[in-house]
Amino acid sequence: MSAPIISATGITKSFGDVHALTGVDLEVQAGTVYGLLGPNGAGKTTMVRVLTTLLKPDAGKATVAGYDVVTQAAQLRTTIGLAGQYAAVDEILTGRENLEMVGRLYHLSPGESRDRAEEILERFDLTHAAGRTVKTYSGGMRRRLDLAASLVGRPQVLFLDEPTTGLDPRSRLGLWEFIERLVEGGTTLLLTTQYLEEADRLADRIAVIDKGAVIAEGTSDELKGTIGGDVLELEIADPANLQLAIGAVEGMCCGEATVDELRNIVRVPVETAVGTITDAVRRLDTAGVKLVDIAIHRPTLDDVFLSLTGESVEDALPADDELVTANSRKRSRR
Amino acid sequence: MTTTAQRARVSVVDRLRWEIRDALVITKRNLLKYIRVPTLLVFSTVQPVMFVLLFAFVFGGAIPLQGGLDYVDFLMPGIFIQTSLFGSTNTGVGLAEDMNKGLVDRFRSLPMSRSAVLAGRTVSDSARNLFVVTLMTIVGYIIGFNFQNGLLNAAFAIGLVLAFGYAFTWISATIGLAIKDVESVQAASFIWIFPLTFASSAFVPVESMTSWLQVFSRNNPITHAVNGARYLVLGEPWGAMSDVWITLVWTVALLAIFIPLAVSNYRKAV
Repeated sequence: MSAPIISATGITKSFGDVHALTGVDLEVQAGTVYGLLGPNGAGKTTMVRVLTTLLKPDAGKATVAGYDVVTQAAQLRTTIGLAGQYAAVDEILTGRENLEMVGRLYHLSPGESRDRAEEILERFDLTHAAGRTVKTYSGGMRRRLDLAASLVGRPQVLFLDEPTTGLDPRSRLGLWEFIERLVEGGTTLLLTTQYLEEADRLADRIAVIDKGAVIAEGTSDELKGTIGGDVLELEIADPANLQLAIGAVEGMCCGEATVDELRNIVRVPVETAVGTITDAVRRLDTAGVKLVDIAIHRPTLDDVFLSLTGESVEDALPADDELVTANSRKRSRR
Repeated sequence: MTTTAQRARVSVVDRLRWEIRDALVITKRNLLKYIRVPTLLVFSTVQPVMFVLLFAFVFGGAIPLQGGLDYVDFLMPGIFIQTSLFGSTNTGVGLAEDMNKGLVDRFRSLPMSRSAVLAGRTVSDSARNLFVVTLMTIVGYIIGFNFQNGLLNAAFAIGLVLAFGYAFTWISATIGLAIKDVESVQAASFIWIFPLTFASSAFVPVESMTSWLQVFSRNNPITHAVNGARYLVLGEPWGAMSDVWITLVWTVALLAIFIPLAVSNYRKAV
C-alpha cells in the first residue's frame, strides 16, 4: 500500500469545555472515497476544518497531499477543494460568475477561469442556469454549484462536509450520482455524513465517529460483519406453532434461533443464497406452520452504529457547540 | 546568498501582486451587489441625502454661525464625515453575512491571500462612500452649498473624508468578525459611532455644547476630521491645517491597530 494521501494522528481540538476531537487517527489512500460517519456533534465538521486548515488542532499531526496542516497550510490549500455544510456560493452572482470568481482566486487567468467554469457547469448540468443569479436556484442546484466550485482548482483531495444534508430525497440521489461521477476521475474524496445509506453507497472505507473519537473503521462490509451476517425473519400466524417453526428452520445454517414472542417472530441466522427463502418456506410448509411474513434482514450501518454506541444515529444528541452554531447560523441567514 | 535574496524578493513581489489581484476580485464581487440589487443602492443613498435635507432645513435656522455663514456650508463637511463613518459600518455587516453563508470558509480554504477578503470589502465599501459623498455634494449644491476654498482643496477634502472613513471600515471589520451575528453587528456599530459623531463638531459648533461635553468633543477624533474637512472646504476660521494633520495621524494609527486585529480575527473566524 502506498503512503496515504490524508494522514492524521492524535488530533485533538477543544472549544472551551467542549472536547470536539479527542485524539483522532485517520488514514486515507489516494483515489479512494472515505466516509466519516457520525451523528450531529460527533466532531466530523471539526475534523474536516482541521484537515482543510480552517482550524488549528490543539495537538496531533496531520498531512494532506504531503503538506502539514499547520506548517504548510498555504501549499496545502492549493491541493484541496472544500464544500461545506452550507452551499457557500454568492446569491448575488450568477452561477458562472461564482465559478469564475473561484477560478480567479485559485489564480487562474481570466481566460482559464472562464473555460474552467464552462467545463464544470456542463459537467454538473448547470449550463442552462449559468446566467441566472444563484438566488433563483433550488436547494439542490445550489449544492451542485457549491460542489462544482470545490472542483474549480482541480483538487487532488476533495472534502465534502455533509453534502446532502437538508436536501429532499430526489435531489440527494441526483447529487450522489454527481459525486460518484467525479470520483471516477481518481480524485480522493473525504466526505462526512450522518446518513448511513450515504456512507454505504459512496464510501470505500468508513470511520464511525462519535463524541470526538473514531469508534470503528473499515469497509462497509467489514463494519457490518462485526455484528454478524444475514438473519431470516419469520412472522408466524399461530403462536402455538413457534417451537415447531424453530425446529423446522434451525437446521438451515449455523446458529440458534431467537424468538420474539410478543410479535410471533422467529429469527435465525442464515447464509443468504439463491433459494434460501424457498428452502425455508418448504421446510415450514412440511412442518405445517403458516406464515404471515418472511424476510431476510441484512445488517445496516444503523445496526452497526447501534451496536457500537447503544444509540441510533438519529437518536444521538448533538453536542452543544455544533447545535448552537448551526442554529445561530440559520437564524442570521436571510 | 544572492539567489536566496533574489528569490525572496521575487516572492514578495509576487505575493503583493496576488494580494492586490485577489482583493480586486473580491472588490468586484462586492460592488456587483449594488448593481444587482439596485434597491440596496437607492435606499442606502436616500438616507444620507435625507439627513442633508433634514439637518439643513430643520436645524439650519436654529443654529447661528459666526460671521453669518450659511448653515448648509457648515453642515456639508460634517455630514460628509458622518456619512462616511456610518457607511463604514457596512463592512462588518457584510463580513458577518459572508461568514454566516459559509463564504468565508470557502475563501479561507482557497489558496488566496489571507487579507484579500478584508481588503476587498473595505475598498468596495469606500467606493460606495465615494459614490454617496458625490451624490450628497450634488444635493448640497442644489440647496446652496459651495466649496469655497478652491477645487484642489475640495478634492483634498473628499480624500480626507474617504481616508478617515476607510480607517473606520477596518474597525467595523474587526467588530464584525468578532461578533459574527449580522443584526448584533449592526447594533454594535451604531452604539458607539452614533454618540461619537453627534458629540463632535459635525452638526453644531462645539462652543454651543455644555462645558463637560465640550472637553470631550474637542478631543474627539471626529471633531478633528470634521474641522479638517471644513478647513479644506471653507478655509479659516472653520478649522485649521493642524486638524487635517491630526486626522491623518488618527487614520494611520487606526489602520495600524485595526488591520492586524481584523486579519487575526479573520484567520481565527470559525
